[in-house]
Amino acid sequence: MQAFSELLENLYYTTASNEKQRLLLAYLKNTPDPDRGWAIAALAGTLRFEFFKRHTVKQLMLSRVDPDLFAMSYDYVGEVSETVAHLWPDATEQPATLPTLNELVTAFQQVSKQKVSALLADYLSIMTPPQRWALLKLGTRGLRVGMSARSVKKVLATYGQVPVEEIEQLWHALAPPYAELFAWLDGKQPKPDISNAVTFHPVMLSHPVQDDDLEAIKAQPDEWQIEHKYDGIRVQLVCNANGKAIYSRTGDDISHAFPDVLEQLHFHGVVDGELLIMKDGNIDSFNALQQRLNRKKPTKALLASHPAGVMLYDILKYQQSDVTRHSLDVRREYLEKWVANNQQPAFQLSPMLAIHDAEQLEAAYRQAADDPSVEGLMLKRLASPYTAGRPVGQWFKWKREALLADAVIMYAQRGHGKRSSFYSDYTFGVWEGDKLLPIGKAYSGFTDDELKKLDNWIRRHATGRFGPVREVEKALVLEVAFDAVHPSTRHKSGVALRFPRVHRIRWDKPASEADTLDAVKRLIR
Amino acid sequence: MDASQWLHKQPQGLYCEPADCYIDPLHPVEHALITHAHADHAIGGHQSVTATASTLAIMQTRYGEDMAGSTQAVNYREQITLGSPNDPVTCVFYPAGHILGSAQILLCYRGTRVVISGDYKRQSDPTCLPFKPVPCDVFITEATFALPVFKHPSIEQEMAKLLDSLAVFPERCHLVGVYALGKCQRVILALRAIGYTSPIYLHGAQRKLCDLYERQGIELGELIDVAEVSDKQSLAGNIVLAPPSALSDRWSRTLPNVRRAMASGWMQIRARAKQRQVELPLVVSDHCDWQALLDTIEEVNPNEVWITHGREDALLHALTQQGRTAQALSMVGYESDTQD
Ligand SMILES: [Zn+2]
Ligand SMILES: [Zn+2]
Repeated sequence: MQAFSELLENLYYTTASNEKQRLLLAYLKNTPDPDRGWAIAALAGTLRFEFFKRHTVKQLMLSRVDPDLFAMSYDYVGEVSETVAHLWPDATEQPATLPTLNELVTAFQQVSKQKVSALLADYLSIMTPPQRWALLKLGTRGLRVGMSARSVKKVLATYGQVPVEEIEQLWHALAPPYAELFAWLDGKQPKPDISNAVTFHPVMLSHPVQDDDLEAIKAQPDEWQIEHKYDGIRVQLVCNANGKAIYSRTGDDISHAFPDVLEQLHFHGVVDGELLIMKDGNIDSFNALQQRLNRKKPTKALLASHPAGVMLYDILKYQQSDVTRHSLDVRREYLEKWVANNQQPAFQLSPMLAIHDAEQLEAAYRQAADDPSVEGLMLKRLASPYTAGRPVGQWFKWKREALLADAVIMYAQRGHGKRSSFYSDYTFGVWEGDKLLPIGKAYSGFTDDELKKLDNWIRRHATGRFGPVREVEKALVLEVAFDAVHPSTRHKSGVALRFPRVHRIRWDKPASEADTLDAVKRLIR
Repeated sequence: MDASQWLHKQPQGLYCEPADCYIDPLHPVEHALITHAHADHAIGGHQSVTATASTLAIMQTRYGEDMAGSTQAVNYREQITLGSPNDPVTCVFYPAGHILGSAQILLCYRGTRVVISGDYKRQSDPTCLPFKPVPCDVFITEATFALPVFKHPSIEQEMAKLLDSLAVFPERCHLVGVYALGKCQRVILALRAIGYTSPIYLHGAQRKLCDLYERQGIELGELIDVAEVSDKQSLAGNIVLAPPSALSDRWSRTLPNVRRAMASGWMQIRARAKQRQVELPLVVSDHCDWQALLDTIEEVNPNEVWITHGREDALLHALTQQGRTAQALSMVGYESDTQD
């Protein structure tokens, strides 16, 4: 635990990424198994369980400190783990020896629910503030020390002197604390065999299309496969002799939430597509899908009223064979063959739009903009192999234009990490009669400079405080952009925005001229 | 007589009416009492200044010999009389433990005793006399670090961190941001105290005050101006002290493979250290942390506490909970990010 905490401190404060990699490499060389494997899991974000809830941490702290002082401290520090790390009473006598990282993980894995809180308190009491911070971040899986999973894998590759691609391929089939991986990297065992593991494969992603990309595509549309961009969630279906699963685009296993899809999956392979609500071949809106996403285990009634399906658009494995190196047009043939072998209502082939010139492309885009189940077009180079990550110039998304509304900023809250000294999270609202009703929250879309100005404005116009939240004078208009508006019973305003962000700050516009709730409701499709 | 009737907050600073003088005024005034020479308490241009001899000497070093129309040096614990002889205000300076020459000012009028503590700390500091608790009716305190998250470790522990880093990164020049007055000299002495005898290198802005400290009998060991080092590469593995503002400016780029450190009480908060791109935060403060503030008020045990500036909400809350009478003066202009 001591070494892990020191590693985190060093990584946290070091800015250069090559220095960070050097620090991690040194740690891997000096730390035994299984501690180093847990550290890798913590850094790469692959720990499978939470030790304790944030709420538990807060409750523990509140039983030891005045709630107002806690609130003021939190407001200043901007982050619960760090606040608690400093506030927790220090040990009065020589503290007991620290557990190893593995002992810590094992203890929380085995402890019964009722005893989690007491166990956490015991550990916090023998630790220094940086160690407490490390434990709290680790335990709530909120560790951010400016190191991506990708660079963790690079360090592992350097450590074992193997290409990073080999680590990537193995990655999702292995689990913390990665004993087999280290045994291989140390040259003690052969490379782990994952050919039949039911596991997630890293996906290929697209770039937003730019004007010059569009010009190039319009000039030679026959070199591109053009499809609708569906408004669902990206999934990967895996099926082989050892089992089957549905993964989200980040590799989370979401099979349990979609038993209806899983039971229709039987042909071996790995396919890629968009999960949607499909009723008799018709695609429902994202809002309908939201009903399913909110449920970890759907009820029978929900399964019947909101059946899920997958619009398939790519394939990584046909039966046993890896087809990622083939070009998209060849993969499409494999995909069609796969669908023919797995004929079920849940699986549809994403249609290829017949587009041979610029005009047809424009027309397809306009048509997509009017279709509520679609959020634009996907433009994929026919010659593209399936490459994990976001390769340049291969796949583009051409999303329909964002919707806009003028809303009034009502509340502000400090951000986290680097932004913890700025008010960077804004709740905004629109008019209903002479009252403002909040319709959403945004914390992106502005430059650092604009953030400073907003922060300054908020400090000068704060009228009240509820814990970390500042209420402000209802005087500043934000032009907010969002992808869609859905009806919502959870919000007082009756609407929910999809992906809201700050588009422009309207310093010039009086609050009274912001939009009305009716105007926002008219944007619902 | 109720202190609030003769001691008021004004835009220039605290004003003592029967003595017709300001304490730590932020604008030039006729008569100023100065607790200590930090720039947010001591400015040049007053007609007359009363302060300790060390404070006056620092002010003269910073603002020139003619920094005030006239000066009056007082010794600690020496009683002086201000205002009308028939209805006088008596005034005594007591050590505040903050920096060289720093003082708390006791004002006594018609039997009411008010202590203006200025900036103060309770940790030991070989560059100045320790804080003296002075019984009073009203204790006026700052609240710079008045949140229970603030716990200042010992300076020895923090300097050991710096030396550890030097051992781990011998190829990197350790550039430490320290405020030129007080923090700089205290850091040097703490390094010497834990056995660091190598020369310590100085940014030009640190030199004058280090010389002054030495003239006041505080030995700092071998100090070399960075400007005088012809081969800057030789600074790898050495300690350079510079004002915080120089940490990431053009000047710092002449140093080899810089590892940025900073000695300040704010360094305890991660986001603050990150904002300044500090890789090695050293928590060194010349102020009280939360517990020291509460302990001091307990020890002084005044009838009333006035809080000048800082995190006054939290201190006010804690004192009120203890059943004390306290109020926030919310004075602006007395807090700077870098010297705390
Ligand atoms: Zn000061
Ligand atoms: Zn001050």
